[in-house]
Amino acid sequence: MNIPADLKYTKNHEWIRSEADGTLTVGITDHAQELLGDLVFVELPAVGAEFAVEQEVAVVESVKAASDVYAPVAGTVVAVNQATADSPELVNQDAYAAWLFKITPAAADDVATLLDAAAYQQLVDAA
Amino acid sequence: MMQKTVLNDIHRRSGARMVDFGGWEMPVHYGSQIDEHHAVRRDAGMFDVSHMCSVDIEGADAAAFLRRLIANNIDKLTVAGKALYSAMLNEDGGVIDDLIVYYLADGNYRMVINAGTADKDLVWMKSRLDDWQLAVTLTPRREGAGALAMIAVQGPNARQKVWDAQPGCRAACEALQPFFAALSGEQFIARTGYTGEDGYEIALPADQAAGLWEALAAAGVQPCGLGARDTLRLEAGMNLYGQDMDESVSPLDAGLAWTVDLVSPRDFVGKAALLARPPQVQFLGLVLSERGVLRAHQQVISEHGTGEITSGSFSPTMQQAIALARLPLAVAIGDRVEVAIRDKLLAASVVKPCFVRHGQVLV
Repeated sequence: MNIPADLKYTKNHEWIRSEADGTLTVGITDHAQELLGDLVFVELPAVGAEFAVEQEVAVVESVKAASDVYAPVAGTVVAVNQATADSPELVNQDAYAAWLFKITPAAADDVATLLDAAAYQQLVDAA
Repeated sequence: MMQKTVLNDIHRRSGARMVDFGGWEMPVHYGSQIDEHHAVRRDAGMFDVSHMCSVDIEGADAAAFLRRLIANNIDKLTVAGKALYSAMLNEDGGVIDDLIVYYLADGNYRMVINAGTADKDLVWMKSRLDDWQLAVTLTPRREGAGALAMIAVQGPNARQKVWDAQPGCRAACEALQPFFAALSGEQFIARTGYTGEDGYEIALPADQAAGLWEALAAAGVQPCGLGARDTLRLEAGMNLYGQDMDESVSPLDAGLAWTVDLVSPRDFVGKAALLARPPQVQFLGLVLSERGVLRAHQQVISEHGTGEITSGSFSPTMQQAIALARLPLAVAIGDRVEVAIRDKLLAASVVKPCFVRHGQVLV
């Protein structure tokens, strides 16, 4: 299973990359896309929308199921990836390239609450 | 512990993702559900459907038994090998199961029933036999000695690839018309399916199933899981038991009126209830006009009242979401309706519930 060491994760199977400008780029993990199967629809939030931690931000739907994507930290959405909404199969092809949205954390320290790769691996193995 | 078909090891070796389907561990896909779907529409795919249960119904009273047991009229079967699709109803007119029954010879029928309902179906059938005092034996063929596996091979090239994989069967099954079956050695080959494509469903001794599966794979038939099976049957406008109908639903409210014979004078279980309660809803198709995915239990809002989706998904052939739905009787084909998806109302159009047949989009 592909769990890059340089990313952070949540128990809800999101991956998070900290960018130099302080924003967080968010997608779903390779494990999540594998569980969902072929994705056919991605619903993205409005840029500028604010979310509490673990609030539903986006929805990814495969042929068989819909799955919510949650805010990894509280913050404001500053960008969405329209390419992923136009071609949801990009998530199946490379879950770590097909990001969903970028969020600016309300509190920069909140990033410390995220799981590292080893902790996420453990979580997946235990499931 | 989940039940397994004889092909379980092959599925696992082929990289299938296995899921619990009504107590059976079955492949949902072997990599990509959508690729498998397209393989059936464009070429040939195969499904392990050994979880379904064949039941041999034999004896002097077999026809009399079936005449009373099922809602379609067994007397329509007069030619050996002919198949009949029917619902089996309870006294309230609810659907206990949907099934196919084949007429093999006088006093000799074979019925194929759903996996998850097989046990209750058999209990029901035995109780009817006891009540009616008929000379019939019921022999389920899913377990033990005489167990049958079943492989459905579907797609425009499916029949050719079956003949390529086992040339010996061609003489027995090439001339079969749709909805007919024939024996070829120990194989029972039916020109039936659940995809809207041509093909065969082959029942054979369980210990021969792996050999046939591998021969078909070598002939270029794509293994397909239950995921593709569901989107294919939905595009074909075919009902799924437990989703589009169950014991609380009349066949007349589930798009199955064409399978219910209310014309002949014969009595059958559930007939009185059906006659006493005319259709309450109509069962039609929906095509979503916007991006999104239709799902079971979403509410449909029309100017004539609300309805409910019973099966919905994304159609890989149409690249749009489609659904089967129970709608108010006043709704007409061509009407525009709205579907409540999360916090939005999305536009959809009402269509005849057969979206795709033989590779062609019909709506």
